[in-house]
Amino acid sequence: MSSFWNIWIWVLTLGSLVGCFLLLRWCLNDHTGVKEGESMGHSFDGIEELNNPLPKWWSTFFLCTIVWAFGYLSLYGLGSWGGLLGWKSSNQGILNLAESKAKTAASLAEGSQLLVQYDREVAQADAKYGPIFTAYAARSIEDLATDEEALKIGQRLFIQNCSQCHGSDAHGTTGFPNLADKDWLYGGSPQTIKETIMNGRKASGMMAWQGVLGGEQGVKEVAAYVISLSGRSVDPELAKAGQGKFALCAGCHGPEGKGSIALGLPMGAPNLTDNIWLYGGSKRVIEESIRNGRAGVMPPWKDILGEEKVHLISAYVYSLSQD
Amino acid sequence: MKNIHEKVEKNVGLFFLFTVMAISIGGLVEITPLFFQKELAQPVDNLKPYTALQMEGRDIYIRDGCHVCHSQMIRPFRAETERYGHYSVAGEHVWEHPFLWGSKRTGPDLARVGGRYSDDWHRAHLLDPRSVVPESNMPSFKWLAENILDGELTGKKLATFNWLTKNRSHKDENGKAIPLYTQAEIDGAKDAVKGKTEMDALIAYLQSLGHALK
Repeated sequence: MSSFWNIWIWVLTLGSLVGCFLLLRWCLNDHTGVKEGESMGHSFDGIEELNNPLPKWWSTFFLCTIVWAFGYLSLYGLGSWGGLLGWKSSNQGILNLAESKAKTAASLAEGSQLLVQYDREVAQADAKYGPIFTAYAARSIEDLATDEEALKIGQRLFIQNCSQCHGSDAHGTTGFPNLADKDWLYGGSPQTIKETIMNGRKASGMMAWQGVLGGEQGVKEVAAYVISLSGRSVDPELAKAGQGKFALCAGCHGPEGKGSIALGLPMGAPNLTDNIWLYGGSKRVIEESIRNGRAGVMPPWKDILGEEKVHLISAYVYSLSQD
Repeated sequence: MKNIHEKVEKNVGLFFLFTVMAISIGGLVEITPLFFQKELAQPVDNLKPYTALQMEGRDIYIRDGCHVCHSQMIRPFRAETERYGHYSVAGEHVWEHPFLWGSKRTGPDLARVGGRYSDDWHRAHLLDPRSVVPESNMPSFKWLAENILDGELTGKKLATFNWLTKNRSHKDENGKAIPLYTQAEIDGAKDAVKGKTEMDALIAYLQSLGHALK
């Protein structure tokens, strides 16, 4: 802040405080020229104004607020002066995350973190909860999946951060995977689950196949074949034609349609033979998936939650599909 | 006259003048200096201007009153940063006209909602919030998916923001201001939003929020 504005703030603030004090003092003296307790010379509806002084409790209270103001300003500062306490709510005026972290680290190192209220809150919480999370982070996900306490924390974090898509019971909804069954797009091992949460997943993209398959007829044929894979009855002619075209799908879904996990590939193409459907298993929906494609996205949580919390959520998610 | 206080009591014009003087001091001390503070005119390093589509989405956010129930201001309390991410700083908002900080949270804060959910989720959620969050009391915004943007004013909006932010943009290595939008971007704005629905625009806007300090 420039010195002009600093002076501006000081003069106006102190000036108005002093002004209040002078005004109060002036008003405490009798300037009316009427004797105390006598009539001011007018009455309305029989109520007469008398020349009485300001009530003592009121003027004392006014004086106290002025004293309070000086006390408050000297502790918390005025203009660019930080006050005797040097208190700050947070590190404002930062231009990037690295700067924010550096400022926090610097105040922690100096031991003056008590002065930045936000840093103090975080430091106190870290001292209290940090060791708990660190202890859990040192244990394997399989181990945590049998620990009641760890699962409770994991579940709570899941409900806060994951339930918006996967549901509070983790059973998912149309377009958002059920995490409580044994059907996985990217794999259900503890490490894979953790990797999925940490870095997110972007389906390599089920592209729109209508053009490649030669229009609507091709879509209907492949859909019929896909439906037949999970043992449902379809028009055999249509399915047969679809089987011929399924070679195009086999690159991701595998020659037998068992999905990319069965092939050991990472693109998240679902198993088409288990009658579990992310977007719905009706003929209409399957045709739509083939016609326009699908592209599910799992956002990365590493930067939002940090690895230790993701570790606990992974344990919770892993536990859901264990018997 | 001995009783000069009586002058103020009996002259409404004078009383009004003194009243205005008294109540203006708070504003003069707390607000006026902020207009001249450099820190409040400097964008954070990663701040990026809204694309044409995001800019249209922002106007829909305002039109449909999203800011009435959602704030965009994370306060520096641990209880907030645990849920929403780093607290908001001045430099993230220097290009906002008007600010969409909001004053009430019926729904969650959205200052850093960008990237937190997938586009598909936002679509499902805006069409029918209870399809993904059964406890939600947010209204559905079905018409967004049906209305197509005409883009007639998009270029003008970008040009207006160039003017509004001319003293607060990033600077190049010579200290010269870099406008938010080039003339080519302004000219191409209509085509950039062509055929997009209001839903596409709003989702693009929501996904852009908060990355500048993340």
